Amino acid sequence: MTAANPEHVSIVKTARLQVWRGTNRDSEHYDEFDVAFEDGDSVLDGLVRLRVNSDPSLAIRFSCFNANVCKECTMLIDGEVEYACIAKLQPRLMQLDPLPNLPIVRDLVTDTLSRKERF
Amino acid sequence: MSDELILEGDVLVVGGGGAGMFAAVAAARNGASVFLLDRNVVGRGGATIMAQMTCASALGESEPDNPELHLEDTLGAGRGLCNENLATILCEGSPKRIRELEGWNVNWARSEDGKINQVKAPGHSRKRCVYVDFLSTGAAICAALRNKTSRDGKIRRLSNVTVTDLVLRDDAIAGAVGIDVPSSKPVKIKCSAVILCTGGMTKMFQRTTASNNLAGEGIGLALRAGARIIDIEFLQFYPNGHLAPRMVGLDPTTWEPTRVKLGGRLLNGKGEEFLDRYGVSGGGDYDTARDILTYAIYKEVEAGRGSPHGGVFLSFQHIEEQKLKDALGPVVDIFERNNINLTRQPVEIFPIAHYQMGGVEVDTDLSSSAPGLYAAGEIAGGANGANRLSGNALPEAMVFGERAGEKAAFYCTRNKTPRWDDKAAQPHVDLIRQTIGRNSGDGPSPGEMMSELKSLMWGKVGAFRNGPDLEMARERIRAMRQSELDALTIAPEASFNYGLVEWFELRNGLLAAEALASAAFARQESRGAHQRDDFPAADDQFMANQRMHLEGEELVSEFRNVRA
Repeated sequence: MTAANPEHVSIVKTARLQVWRGTNRDSEHYDEFDVAFEDGDSVLDGLVRLRVNSDPSLAIRFSCFNANVCKECTMLIDGEVEYACIAKLQPRLMQLDPLPNLPIVRDLVTDTLSRKERF
Repeated sequence: MSDELILEGDVLVVGGGGAGMFAAVAAARNGASVFLLDRNVVGRGGATIMAQMTCASALGESEPDNPELHLEDTLGAGRGLCNENLATILCEGSPKRIRELEGWNVNWARSEDGKINQVKAPGHSRKRCVYVDFLSTGAAICAALRNKTSRDGKIRRLSNVTVTDLVLRDDAIAGAVGIDVPSSKPVKIKCSAVILCTGGMTKMFQRTTASNNLAGEGIGLALRAGARIIDIEFLQFYPNGHLAPRMVGLDPTTWEPTRVKLGGRLLNGKGEEFLDRYGVSGGGDYDTARDILTYAIYKEVEAGRGSPHGGVFLSFQHIEEQKLKDALGPVVDIFERNNINLTRQPVEIFPIAHYQMGGVEVDTDLSSSAPGLYAAGEIAGGANGANRLSGNALPEAMVFGERAGEKAAFYCTRNKTPRWDDKAAQPHVDLIRQTIGRNSGDGPSPGEMMSELKSLMWGKVGAFRNGPDLEMARERIRAMRQSELDALTIAPEASFNYGLVEWFELRNGLLAAEALASAAFARQESRGAHQRDDFPAADDQFMANQRMHLEGEELVSEFRNVRA
């Protein structure tokens, strides 16, 4: 076997995330953020970094962090229902919206809990 | 802002992983009314759901076995520091819980003769570990328990509620205060007993297998409530943690179960076998205890023989493609989506923070030193000593969770009179309200402090430690906890204000982190998962449990001989 594989050398790229913000669907607006990433990073990686480095007030929801078991990070990515933890960042504009047909809690968080499991 | 939410019942279970859900089921079947709360979603957060494979249980289906042999292996792995009574309860109780889960539709993998298939995990003397294919043991257990807890009229589950303080009256539990995350409203929970099932503090480390909610908050809650903790310096680093190439959609622990099934060769950056340099025989087999394997990998990288990302290679290239597919099923597709082809390339691995052996000191009823406060699962200290045996975390969650639920229910029947004290709760409620919108402006956020803490813990309180680093870390954490925390900026938003949740996470988590750094400084020896470069050997004078409690704002430590 070969020891060092040159394919493992990572290249930093930039994704432009257009993120839906708000607490109800009538007063929506989008904020745009540039996020640096390495090949293979997930949209959730980008959002977590964005909260630390740019905007701690952004609301996102996740628990398992890229293992795709908690299923909490579901959102619309470029119009498709996806898990942010397995969707990969791309070096282009990506649009992130909350799930449709569910009450908005805030930003990318929608009310996915059953009625009896919340106040 | 005047509105607050109120819950009133017998038992509050904090944390909805395997231990918490089992505790809720057991408390309810022993007559208690139960609230089961989780910061995230009950049954979907925490560590249990992340568990891919091994669950140790002396069922004796694959070969003759018994709980005494399981206990022997558990005590051996614990390097002399296990509480033997707790370890015995774990080993004896496991088969019953495995059968119970089977009755709740967990489909344990079976061999062709119809018996439950048991595999030999590292450190075990028998084929003892049961699992659910493919790599979905934890998910299957959680699904069964979610179902069970949702059908029980005595259990009320509430997700997205975080507990921030325990309320005491005359030093005994009277309830708790928390936050309903979607609305940021304070929640008062009036109850006779609290069972902490919040898991460990592995999130505090930069490289970790932890869910986002494992920040040691339960340790902070317990210390503030006057409970003692034990052996908190022992934190297990999982040797085969995924390092590179970047992989998402699968837990970074995935290589250990894969090795359990298939073997796999560990190679250094030059492609050489290296385990024999560290006294480990049979590099292709897989029975080396976790602490020893972690040591070998660290030292090989330190010697300049690491892989490109600073770990070692794990290769399955000698295994036929069909055999890989049979053993891993749909997991192969996840590798493919991440451009990983195991027949053509090795992956890089490096130890990763995985499990906290120490925790709240409990007796055989899982009761802490604070009356009415129980702890179960990873947060309960004692059963695993200085190093946990692979496969013992799931039975610990089930057995201790079930037992804590039963004992807490009994405690409630003996302590029926409501103890709730609004005066004692008020400062905790006020703190929540005062923290929303605190220090508006451009000051540092809780997320930034957590980032610093994670790199500090990884760099100074990691798998190999030394006195000056530990002292530096302890002082830095103390400064964060005692002054910088109050200067953090919190957004004013009322709905899903995650900065608010993170502030309280830090408030309790920093106390846990300081306890870990401080305890690691005080244990001047190397034993199990606690390795000191400046004290590289085990020392008999430290064949003792380290207990800690809070006096005012200060953590106080003492060593005590290991109890049988």
